[in-house]
Amino acid sequence: MKKLSARRRHPLAALVVLLLALACTGGLYAVFAPADKAQADETAQSLTIEEGKKLYTVGCASCHGTGGQGTSDGPSLVGVGAAAVDFQVGTGRMPAHTSQAAQIPDKRTIYSQAEIDQLAAYIASLGAGPAIPTEEQYSPEGADIAKGGELFRNNCAQCHNFTGKGGALTHGKYAPSLEDVDPKHIYEAMLTGPQNMPSFPDSTMSEQNKKDIIAYLGEVNSDKSESPGGMELGGLGPVSEGLFGWIFGLGGLIAVAVWVAARTAKAKKS
Amino acid sequence: MSTNTSTESRSRGKAPAGERVADWADGRLGIYSLAKANMRKIFPDHWSFMLGEICLYSFLIIILTGVYLTLFFHPSMNEVEYHGSYIPMQGQLMSEAYASTLEISFDVRGGLLIRQIHHWAAVIFLAGMFVHMMRVFFTGAFRKPREINWLFGFLLFVLGMFTGFTGYSLPDDLLSGTGVRFTQGAILSVPIVGTYISMFLFGGEFPGTDFVARFYSIHILLLPGIMLGLVVAHLILVFYHKHTQFAGAGRTNKNVVGMPLLPVYMAKAGGFFFLVFGFTALIAGIASINPIWNLGPYRPDMVSTGAQPDWYMGFAEGLVRAMPGWEINFWGHTLVLGVFIPLVLFGLFLAIIALYPFIESWITGDKREHHILDRPRNAPTRTAFGVAWVTAYMIMLIGGGNDIVATHFNLSINAVTWFVRIGFFAGPVVAFIVTKRICLGLQRRDKDKVLHGRESGIIKRLPHGEFIEVHEPLSQEQMYTLTAHEQYKPAEIGPTVDENGVKRKVKGSEKLRAKLSEAYYGEESQIPKPTVEEYKEITSGHGHH
Repeated sequence: MKKLSARRRHPLAALVVLLLALACTGGLYAVFAPADKAQADETAQSLTIEEGKKLYTVGCASCHGTGGQGTSDGPSLVGVGAAAVDFQVGTGRMPAHTSQAAQIPDKRTIYSQAEIDQLAAYIASLGAGPAIPTEEQYSPEGADIAKGGELFRNNCAQCHNFTGKGGALTHGKYAPSLEDVDPKHIYEAMLTGPQNMPSFPDSTMSEQNKKDIIAYLGEVNSDKSESPGGMELGGLGPVSEGLFGWIFGLGGLIAVAVWVAARTAKAKKS
Repeated sequence: MSTNTSTESRSRGKAPAGERVADWADGRLGIYSLAKANMRKIFPDHWSFMLGEICLYSFLIIILTGVYLTLFFHPSMNEVEYHGSYIPMQGQLMSEAYASTLEISFDVRGGLLIRQIHHWAAVIFLAGMFVHMMRVFFTGAFRKPREINWLFGFLLFVLGMFTGFTGYSLPDDLLSGTGVRFTQGAILSVPIVGTYISMFLFGGEFPGTDFVARFYSIHILLLPGIMLGLVVAHLILVFYHKHTQFAGAGRTNKNVVGMPLLPVYMAKAGGFFFLVFGFTALIAGIASINPIWNLGPYRPDMVSTGAQPDWYMGFAEGLVRAMPGWEINFWGHTLVLGVFIPLVLFGLFLAIIALYPFIESWITGDKREHHILDRPRNAPTRTAFGVAWVTAYMIMLIGGGNDIVATHFNLSINAVTWFVRIGFFAGPVVAFIVTKRICLGLQRRDKDKVLHGRESGIIKRLPHGEFIEVHEPLSQEQMYTLTAHEQYKPAEIGPTVDENGVKRKVKGSEKLRAKLSEAYYGEESQIPKPTVEEYKEITSGHGHH
């Protein structure tokens, strides 16, 4: 310190201070620069929300209200989260043809994924809710298929059937078939509980358990799953089996009987 | 007699090997006379007479495949951890019964195919019995002397239902476990004794650790044993009564026109057995049935939608699904009418068809033997009754699958249930009326055909410009077939005064019987068949219609 204070009136002292100040400014600039980029992100985000709001006004507001507060034709979307939007619009359920049907069916998706993300961002901005899961969350890798089966039979099968072939609910409502549903959408459905489905937040069913269920469905109810016994007959159990048994089983045997009876040693063919 | 034959043939040199074998057997079993009497037994030929054969062969197929399955099945409810080759069940806790069924399906050579043949054959067996029973019903083959055999057949159907049900419950999978729970609920709904029966059957509270082993011995020993005995008795009676036949030229109530058992029917029946076996194996090879690996092991805390029994229990399921959930609480006891009434209806509904032969013979007062079959149209009231019964049965089958019907036809399950509720009462009435009208219409058409011949489709123009359609007269045989049936007169209440002119009391049952008989054979219920006079009158002025 003494050395430094002794040289404080040195002719070059001002220069050193200047250099130090410059370095400091540069350093500070370097530190603050990412903050500037974040600000740019925020701008992009608000642009996305802005775009989403435009899409919302055109496609959704007539039922859900201009600010997502809901009307008599559609529920409030405040706090449903981005995951709900990604599920409903991503599976084509939204926008719905009518609010009067017993249940809104899935159909062809009419928005691109980018537009869905914009809509999701807008709805998410209305109130906190579950976010769209990342691929790491819903990919069936590292999941326990057998555990998933057990969880599925315990929590899902009472509406969706043993392997997710779907089932009836009251007054025309139904639990849809889960055949070849995108793992992301299965995850989001569990997270948000669309229509008549109860929701299974992480506090009820852990992320790992959701993965297990998705892995189980991928194993037993997708285009990759095998049917060791031959034709599945819809995987619906004894009703379709009985129908098949009557029509093709007994029906076929009666046809054989008629064939045999027609080939008899008769004196005269009638 | 047999010794004589053998000495004669020896004097002429060595008898052929077949004859020596037959001789050896006859010397010890004395079957020659029995065989001689029955080898040339005549059986009439009609495809519908082969329905019973389908049932018999399916039954044999079930026994054969069932024996194979018992070699690998473990009827135990001990809990084990699965480490077999089916990946989605790895490490799951399950009963040995379920684990061994998985093993049969995936690790036993031919196991899955045999399992599927066994199950498909059971579905076909019951369906075959149903159709066979309807054939017998609609042709009146149940009439004297065959009422007992009708009851044997009916018992086979009912026992088949329960054998099927116990077999379906053995793998201890989630679907069948739900079915067993359903049955236990039905048992519990029986007043007073229900709880005791349930505790006895399951060895304590449901599910316990016993029911698979118990159902196993019922499924493979008790019920099939009784059924085998009944099948033999059923066939002996068919031999004893001789087979019925449709009316036709040369066929009377006292003869049977057809082919001999040996060699024609033996060859045909043997061949048909292999056709049935082959066809069932084909079905089992292409279509999956009861894929228990998808269903998971039974746990009382789990249930799946679409939980139905196999089709033959479907109408019982329908009765319960359609019934409103009524309940009476009486002195701290609950009477679950919502389940108990369906249980009673289940019994009554089956009993009606079982007792029908006796009801009909009481109403008509017909105590004669019948070996010539009725054409269904010529017994309109019986046919209409049968169709009404089948209608109610089918409506209840729809009720049993109400959820599948709802999802696959985009309907509300509540609407389906209401349709079933109303249809169960209204459907049979409509079916009865419509069927009777159709039968009478067909009788009129027969009469028309006999009197005016067959419409040939040839249009002729007469010289004065009139157009007529040429009718071809029927052949003698065809006319015989159409007019061979008897037409009954309604049974009447006898004279109401006795020989001394004293008025006797007419019992209520007599009045009821007269009324029902009128419904069977009154003017409303049959079209008088053409008489010879009518025919002559019309044919004498040929060309005028």
